[in-house]
Amino acid sequence: MNKKTFPKGVHPPDKKELSKEFKIEFFPPGKTVVIPLHQHTGAPAEPLVKKKDRVLKGQKIGEAKGFISANIHSPVSGTVKSVEPHVTPLGKNVLSVIIENDGEDELFPEIKPLKDDPFSYSPEEVRNAVREAGIVGLGGAAFPTSVKLSPPKEYPVDTVILNGAECEPYLTTDYRLMLEKTDEIIAGAEILKETVGASKIYIGVEDNKEDVINLYEEKLKGRSDFEVAPLKTKYPQGGEKMLIKAILGREVPTGGLPFHVGVLVQNVGTTYAVYETLKTGMPLIERVLTVTGEGVKEPKNLQVRVGTMFKDIIEYAGGYVGKPGKLIMGGPMMGISQWTDVVPVLKATSGILVIPEEELPKKKEYNCIGCNSCVEHCPMNLVPTRIVVLSKNERFEDAKSWGLMDCIECGTCSYVCPANIPLVHWIRFGKSGYIKLRKKSEK
Amino acid sequence: MSTLLISIITLGVLALLFAVILAAADAKLRVEVDPKIEEIDTILPQANCGACGYPGCKNYATAIVEKGEEINKCSVGGQPVTDLIAKIMGVESAATTKVVARVHCRGTEEAAKRKGYYEGIETCRAAALVSSGDKLCDWGCLGYGDCERSCPFDAITMMPDGLPFIDEEKCTGCGICVEECPKDILELHPIDENVMIFCRSQDPPKQSRAVCKNACIACNICVRKCPTGALTMENNLVYVVAPEKFTEECYGGIDKCPTGAINFVHPEKVVRTDKQENDKA
Repeated sequence: MNKKTFPKGVHPPDKKELSKEFKIEFFPPGKTVVIPLHQHTGAPAEPLVKKKDRVLKGQKIGEAKGFISANIHSPVSGTVKSVEPHVTPLGKNVLSVIIENDGEDELFPEIKPLKDDPFSYSPEEVRNAVREAGIVGLGGAAFPTSVKLSPPKEYPVDTVILNGAECEPYLTTDYRLMLEKTDEIIAGAEILKETVGASKIYIGVEDNKEDVINLYEEKLKGRSDFEVAPLKTKYPQGGEKMLIKAILGREVPTGGLPFHVGVLVQNVGTTYAVYETLKTGMPLIERVLTVTGEGVKEPKNLQVRVGTMFKDIIEYAGGYVGKPGKLIMGGPMMGISQWTDVVPVLKATSGILVIPEEELPKKKEYNCIGCNSCVEHCPMNLVPTRIVVLSKNERFEDAKSWGLMDCIECGTCSYVCPANIPLVHWIRFGKSGYIKLRKKSEK
Repeated sequence: MSTLLISIITLGVLALLFAVILAAADAKLRVEVDPKIEEIDTILPQANCGACGYPGCKNYATAIVEKGEEINKCSVGGQPVTDLIAKIMGVESAATTKVVARVHCRGTEEAAKRKGYYEGIETCRAAALVSSGDKLCDWGCLGYGDCERSCPFDAITMMPDGLPFIDEEKCTGCGICVEECPKDILELHPIDENVMIFCRSQDPPKQSRAVCKNACIACNICVRKCPTGALTMENNLVYVVAPEKFTEECYGGIDKCPTGAINFVHPEKVVRTDKQENDKA
């Protein structure tokens, strides 16, 4: 097998064995669901319902505002309890629609597919359907998919890459999805290919998921326009820039996006969601996620509705083992640490990770010893230590010239640093400082 | 001896040559600068703080002379400097109102709860990047002292209760801390303005009360007690829209405020007539 990869990166222990054997289970939504109106990159959606309104499953409750935004739909049928700010896994309080679930799952009557055959949609119809269904990138960044599907005309897209790398340790969401929804993902990929007018599809899978690679090679035997690209298991293999570099050898320019090199990268989960929407007309109201970590009793892969509380899911997974030390939305490398478990699942919640207190590393920070580890491992070929020193001293313009804004915040440098310097935090500090400086000079 | 002579003569000739070149250059390349700019620049405090809207004192002096910029923009120098500039420019002096920065938050360590313990970089801006800060209130002071470090006049001190204290004597109203604060809870106010809302939370009352004892809970009592229209209620928060209208009739609102979110900045300066005192009793 010819395995591809990108230069540099790290090999954290992958710990996927905790949850990889468990089939995707359906998890029924709780009594109350909380749907934040801002769970995607871009502008928040505007509420369309008010207190005491009755809503049905699949009904639009938040209208996208602007081009980079996404519609929000009700995942259950029931009554709107209130529309008020609620804490979300992203940290900030966000205006949310809180729905009292009546448990009947009454379907919104307008929900039906536009056409019977998902393959008969025109590219414009696909984009509209995806936009209407509020589909966002399910890998974690939650970038509206319809925007990704509308690249500017001067950059023709020739290749679609399905991102099945799942390089974050612990998570097995995409792994289970690729195993169980194989045909749907393949069909979804072909629709995406037609939509952007590409001629070739790759599905990138890391070699720690050998059964997936074998399954797809079997399914795609004899096809030249759809290939499996086995990748070396290395973090951050699933970053879109790394994926393009590994599979096609193309390099996305500084400040550029994949379409600048003629590529569309979609997570396998998103591909599945696009196919399901076109087939059933159902908007994005549920997703698959992994609840895992040494801190939960029975790690699982679950299909849950958006708006389900973390607490309910963890209880379903047998509850905490001992005292939970850290509760993280997403994986351990790029996930967001939570301060409470009373937060709802978002469209982009790929996993819930609990690390018990005794497993938490107790790290003391030392001065930089100039060992060069961060430079050797940075997948973006940056010099993190230099950027951090400049950010620390608030020399944001200089930090920018060293590539501050190109950092993808993958956490590799912080992971390898023997002096335990919070490099990514400093880089984010630098980014916020640089953006502030920019705004000030524009004034 | 001859070595000494040679060097004296050589250096002397060279010196003379350079003197001539410099004199010629001075005559040819001289830039006429209005002497007023120099004069005004010497009067200005040289803090180069940017409060006037210019990058430094020299630029402000140039703008006054060349662009006819208003003369009362130096809040650091205050009235005396404005008077002196007026004298140099030969115009009538304008009134300079001293502004000071004030903190719109009273979420002390005791009153406002925190989400958990934060172990990252100890500056407010870095803390605000992690789950938008470790205070439960999304609007409150994080207390890591970015304002204290940014103040060029040493007017801000972080107090043990977790909030910054601003020395209004030392504060010159340059506005650097206002820009520095990631939570936007600092604001410039004229020093003689005495009534203020010590809260920025626009959360629904139930939520803000749950996270901070001193939050404005939008009960509207102060607005109702004030018939002059000095206060308005918007987005679950009271605003002082016309501080000059906040007369004695409105003081009852401050006495009745259940959380103390609306209060005097300097209660000792407030003079109440007997009638009010009687009402209170």
